[in-house]
Amino acid sequence: MSMVKSLDDFRRRDRVFDFLVKKEAPQLDLSHNMILYMEGVSKSFDGFKAINNLNLYLEAGELRCIIGPNGAGKSTMMDIITGRTRPDEGEVWFGQRLNLLEMDEPAIAEAGIGRKFQKPTVFESLTVFQNLELSMTQDRGVWALLTASMSGEQRDHIEAVLTTINLCDESHALAEKLSHGQKQWLEIGMLLMQRPQLLLVDEPVAGMTHQEMDRTAELLISLAGDHTVVVVEHDMDFVRSIARTVTVLHQGSVLSEGKMEQVQNDPRVIEVYLGEG
Amino acid sequence: MLTSRFVQTDNADRWFLGVLLLIGVVVPVLNLLVPPESLLHFSTYNVTLLGKYLTYALLAIAADLVWGYLGILSLGHSAFFALGGYAMGMYLMRQVGDRGVYGDPLLPDFMVFLNWQELPWFWYGFDMFWFALLMVMVVPGVLAYIFGYLAFKSRVSGVYLSIITQALTYALMLAFFRNEMGFGGNNGLTDFKDILGFSLREDSTRIVLFIASVVALALGYLISRYIVRSRLGLACVAIRDAESRSRFIGYRVEKIKLWVFTFSAVLAGVAGALYVPQVGIINPGEFSPLNSIELIVWVAIGGRATLYGAAIGALLVNYSKSYFTTVMPEIWLFTLGALFILVTLYLPKGIAGIRRHKAAKG
Ligand SMILES: Nc1ncnc2c1ncn2[C@@H]1O[C@H](COP(=O)(O)OP(=O)(O)OP(=O)(O)O)[C@@H](O)[C@H]1O
Ligand SMILES: [Mg+2]
Repeated sequence: MSMVKSLDDFRRRDRVFDFLVKKEAPQLDLSHNMILYMEGVSKSFDGFKAINNLNLYLEAGELRCIIGPNGAGKSTMMDIITGRTRPDEGEVWFGQRLNLLEMDEPAIAEAGIGRKFQKPTVFESLTVFQNLELSMTQDRGVWALLTASMSGEQRDHIEAVLTTINLCDESHALAEKLSHGQKQWLEIGMLLMQRPQLLLVDEPVAGMTHQEMDRTAELLISLAGDHTVVVVEHDMDFVRSIARTVTVLHQGSVLSEGKMEQVQNDPRVIEVYLGEG
Repeated sequence: MLTSRFVQTDNADRWFLGVLLLIGVVVPVLNLLVPPESLLHFSTYNVTLLGKYLTYALLAIAADLVWGYLGILSLGHSAFFALGGYAMGMYLMRQVGDRGVYGDPLLPDFMVFLNWQELPWFWYGFDMFWFALLMVMVVPGVLAYIFGYLAFKSRVSGVYLSIITQALTYALMLAFFRNEMGFGGNNGLTDFKDILGFSLREDSTRIVLFIASVVALALGYLISRYIVRSRLGLACVAIRDAESRSRFIGYRVEKIKLWVFTFSAVLAGVAGALYVPQVGIINPGEFSPLNSIELIVWVAIGGRATLYGAAIGALLVNYSKSYFTTVMPEIWLFTLGALFILVTLYLPKGIAGIRRHKAAKG
């Protein structure tokens, strides 16, 4: 009987079958104005606790600097947010609804989290323009990519980003020919092309001249507000020049958090940095 | 949009396709219209030899697509070539009909010899040319899809992937060696009579097969070039250069690898199908892991990630091989090894790299 019924269902034309409905990823929900929750996250590598009961909350639109000595777990934290590393315990939520621990790297990227790596990784044998072209938000299905052609709007977007990252003249140069600082910028540009909600920027000014640093600072500040930006950086002058809220990581958990001056005067932080801060 | 990218050519394309067109016209003319006494006559033996090497060139393009552009070092690509070849061989066997040694109207000779009473189910349909052609593409394609699905999903890559592709082709070789498999055991399929009713012994049939190889190579080149010039092609290069980076941008690396790998296998299958009627035999030796390694050497020598370089490499190495194996058979393998080492050391981008080097300088 039920079989007859289900066969009958197949003949009906007024409704769409469940299996035909494309599963939409739940949308980013910022109703509590929080964009990222990390709670009780731990991760060990061969018994070594790289991340230890870490809690981190980010408000939508803020610019957060994360500092901490080498090996504090800053990059590992980004690995966890972007799906590269699975934590042993804890929860990571993007907005109210997206559980990042259930998603893989491409899904997390599509949901709106972009990342710049500590070691700049651009596609060396492609041109600057092609690097940006690949990074823009688009249908990334195999067939869609095969038949894709550039729309005027997409070209404008790429050109705008080229201007922002100051690489207009290098647009048709191979990425491998760029200087270290330019590669850093190209990577930031690739990040911008993805139009992410949350930008994770790992050591953006390593290898940059002072001028380049200033421009990067300007750029990151201008991005905050519309985007949420997390910057990991060792260069204290740079951090001071952009910092709103600073989080200090040490041995995989938060040591101190607050305004730059507050954090700088925190005795625990001073001890960790041996007065360097 | 779609067509404009097909028509768009650069210098290398024009050269490559131009030379192919020239060969496709001149060789048949020199064979059919110039009398055999003339110095200019191109013997049927040489037509078939070149035709065979053109199918190798198509195979090399297929390998370049996955190795050159995607960075997947498949050391089992000849398996897809051989499968395409077997599918064509099965059609040719059934074309023999009752003209075999045993005169059985349905069963190929080797089955009669093994005392089989009826045709195995997987031989059904191969009496129809269209069905055989379909299988030439479907069988390698499906195998590549299943293999790729498992391998890429579990993110097997690098040396491990190369090793399991070797294992794949080796396993197929062992399987096809067995008589019970129903593919003629270690003798393979041979003693073909005709194709679509035309005798394989006729010069005209051989010329048509030769032209078909030229056309297949040109089409294979054009489609592959279309792929590598598309945004999909850019994504392939991105995956080759920085796989995990492309994941963080949102590319489904495993899907892209899977489809390009599958397409490449289909191309290899077509090459194999054109190879078999020209050489007149297909046996399990075609699955030999060594064949797949030689194939990679052709591509390396010709130059990765140019497509035409792979084709040039295939032709060059095979002509050298046929020269050396007649003149000094014992030194061929050493020559190949030396050639490979020299090219890797002094021409890391292969023969095609010479042109690009010049272009960059000039
Ligand atoms: N995949 C891994 N396997 C083993 N250990 C790891 C792995 N990733 C990170 N670690 C270890 O975890 C610790 C934290 O590393 P992480 O890269 O997160 O530090 P960091 O704060 O980014 O340091 P830096 O300022 O030097 O970039 C280090 O001791 C590192 O050796
Ligand atoms: Mg780090």
